[in-house]
Amino acid sequence: MTTLFSRRFSATRRRLLGGVAAATLLSTTCGAVSTLAAMPADASTIRAVMHSGLRVLDPITTTAHITRDHGYMIWDTLLGMDDQFQPQPQMADWSVSDDGMVYTFTLREGLEWHDGGQVTAADAVASFRRWADRDGGGQMLLDHVDSVEATDERTMTLTLSSPFAYVLELMAKPSSVPLFVMPERIASKSPDETLTVEDQIGSGPFTFVADEYDPGNRVVYEKFADYVPREEPASWTAGGKVVDVDRVEWINMSDAQTALNALNSGEIDFLESPSVDLLPVLQANPDLTVEKINELGSQTIGRFNFLYPPFDDPEIRRAALTAMNQTDVLASLIGNPEFYTTCDSMYGCQTPLATEAGAPETLATGGGTEAASEMLEAAGYDGTPVVMMQPTDAPTVSPQPVIAAQLLRQAGFQVDLQPMDWQTLVTRRASQQPPGEGGWNMFFTNWYIPEVWNPLVSPMLNGRGADGGWFGWPDDAELESMREAFAKAESDEDRKAIAERIQAHAFEQVTYIPLGEYSIPAAWNNDLSGILHSPVPVFWNITKAE
Amino acid sequence: MFSYCLRRCLAAVPVMIVVALFVFLLLRLSPGDPAAIIAGDMATPAQLERIRASLGLDQPLYLQFFQWTGALLRGDFGTSLMSNLPVTQLMAQRLEPTISLALFSIVLSVVIAVPMGVVAAWKHGSLIDKAVMSLSVLGFSVPVFVIGYLLIKLFAIDLGWLPVQGFSRLSESGFLPFLQHAILPATMLSTIYIALIARMTRASMLDVLGEDFIRTAHAKGASEKRVLFKHALRNAGVPILEVIGTGFALMITGVVVTESVFNIPGLGRLTVDAILSRDYPVIQGLILVTSGVYVLINLAIDLSYALLDPRIRYQ
Repeated sequence: MTTLFSRRFSATRRRLLGGVAAATLLSTTCGAVSTLAAMPADASTIRAVMHSGLRVLDPITTTAHITRDHGYMIWDTLLGMDDQFQPQPQMADWSVSDDGMVYTFTLREGLEWHDGGQVTAADAVASFRRWADRDGGGQMLLDHVDSVEATDERTMTLTLSSPFAYVLELMAKPSSVPLFVMPERIASKSPDETLTVEDQIGSGPFTFVADEYDPGNRVVYEKFADYVPREEPASWTAGGKVVDVDRVEWINMSDAQTALNALNSGEIDFLESPSVDLLPVLQANPDLTVEKINELGSQTIGRFNFLYPPFDDPEIRRAALTAMNQTDVLASLIGNPEFYTTCDSMYGCQTPLATEAGAPETLATGGGTEAASEMLEAAGYDGTPVVMMQPTDAPTVSPQPVIAAQLLRQAGFQVDLQPMDWQTLVTRRASQQPPGEGGWNMFFTNWYIPEVWNPLVSPMLNGRGADGGWFGWPDDAELESMREAFAKAESDEDRKAIAERIQAHAFEQVTYIPLGEYSIPAAWNNDLSGILHSPVPVFWNITKAE
Repeated sequence: MFSYCLRRCLAAVPVMIVVALFVFLLLRLSPGDPAAIIAGDMATPAQLERIRASLGLDQPLYLQFFQWTGALLRGDFGTSLMSNLPVTQLMAQRLEPTISLALFSIVLSVVIAVPMGVVAAWKHGSLIDKAVMSLSVLGFSVPVFVIGYLLIKLFAIDLGWLPVQGFSRLSESGFLPFLQHAILPATMLSTIYIALIARMTRASMLDVLGEDFIRTAHAKGASEKRVLFKHALRNAGVPILEVIGTGFALMITGVVVTESVFNIPGLGRLTVDAILSRDYPVIQGLILVTSGVYVLINLAIDLSYALLDPRIRYQ
């Protein structure tokens, strides 16, 4: 009996002790876990979720915006551009000869590379060459350059072969592709050969932490202690790049809801591009600031293929333009009118060159369907289907073709809407084959306003045809001649007048269709202050509360 | 046993060759151009051609294939077209989150599902059995991302016990931070496998519980627990093990949704990113490794049969 009792007691005790142990372990684990979960992020680290993951590390080879943003972290630029679209000194000050043919750039003192050593004019020259070889604006500038050379350790001299008034604006352009200055040994690489992890050496305000780089997932930057910022206040990419945090981490989150949850719970500090649908949730959180930092926003556009019917005929292109309706496109793309606006200017509506010249009255709000039908009939449209590419995996370019196809159909066009992924579209739009053999007739994309704000930087306002033009390849000598005149114009008034003529001509030829502007706010934790309003997201000037 | 393993491994070689050829051709013949993706929006046709040449994509297909397979034989999986990093390094970076999450999830699934299935079979037709089967149907039917978001809402947002996203490496941060980050994704990932394994266990156990040797065990006075777990479960183990093994392989190679919802930098997300950016060497490397994992896991499953059933011999 005693033995039986002992066994039972023993078993009961074992279960009891086991239960107590398990409960203790569970409560300890839960306690520790909840403590860890509630642990605030390091006050000297900014954790940011950008619009995509960083995969390509060469801001000259690619025009991807995430790579450009990466470029601004670790490389500095020769010149900056302020919020009045004016070039300003950044790494270098400049002077121009009286005849406007010689530009002398003098590097400021105290510029050092992350791996040691002074930045020299030879570095700037090599960087200029690599940039000009790749960038459309740089190529145009190069056509007017006689020589660019380092005349001493800190002086780069650029001599023009023919007058060109837009030198500084092109060298200061803030978006793809900015003129980042790299060490000569790195900048000497061909722009067709992308830079590697080992090449991520700059003189910018942050250093690249190679050991923690996980492509497409996470990239880490640390404050460059030897960086000497300019004394002027920061404005866009100009002025002092004062870094007040030790570390910036970019974490890629492919799921919009996950990014929102992470910001709401304080696991990240900054969300560059929240989903429009989820903005009300962020706006309802008093601990967060939801605000536009890129106030200029983006322009969404439609582009024709000029090489093949039906859009090789300007009359038919004009019919298509008349059928378009920006409001319908933007409502479908963005939804909330707070974040979009119709705009008749090809240069953006908040830029110095903004103009309505040549824009049809129906473009902003529609109403041109009947007129478009009549124009189409008068043009002798034979029913050739419009092969329209529709990317289904990119929310910012997916709705436009659906709306445009319907508007064109209502006007009498036959439209073959072809769904595909964005990368297939990117490949296919480079094809100059007929639409039935792997080519296309129309596609849509978006541009940051600083990428279209004048006729020299806008890729669409290029009339160099199938050999040198942008996808769609209009061969338009008159357009090219006006761009040349724009590049040589010496006064702002002359530039404005020529820009108006260019836009009127582009609408008349329907070089492309601007379909309005939108700007999505960013969201950040209220612990952050000093976030700069700029067309590119930058991480200097930001302070994080303890 | 050794010669059997050797034969199975050698038999995998032609499978891998076919996979390599198939993947290579499939990628090259499908639309998409890495050069266009790298170059971006403003590239001219001439620039695209130059970038293609620098990537070696302008060479004839057969030459590209032989160069790739030649490098493979030297253990070189190539270099990512996008990041310029070795494919092996990219895969190594992502391997630990995937493997540790898969192991954790499969352990969780087995620990929960096998007893559930055994009890359901033991109490066949009872309320417990019906409850287990209903839960299984629910586990199959509810999409995993819905379960994931519900778990996040409850445990991360409302209760604040766990982080909403991210991953903490076991090798770097230790067990507690790993557990903190892995418990929700593992639960989400386990749901469907708990349902699957519980159903399989129940069905298999029901078959075995009707056998004569079970009646004999009862007649000998063996306890119910002993009969269920020692006699019945062991004999019912072969199909259960097969489901567990296949589930584990699927977890390693196909957890993209879980990795996206919880922002885990695993192989699934690497695969999707590589496909979207047409990063040929990375896709090829990942598919080859995936195929290898399947071959090895299937071999491990086959070998484990002998441990469960001594009648099974390998020759």
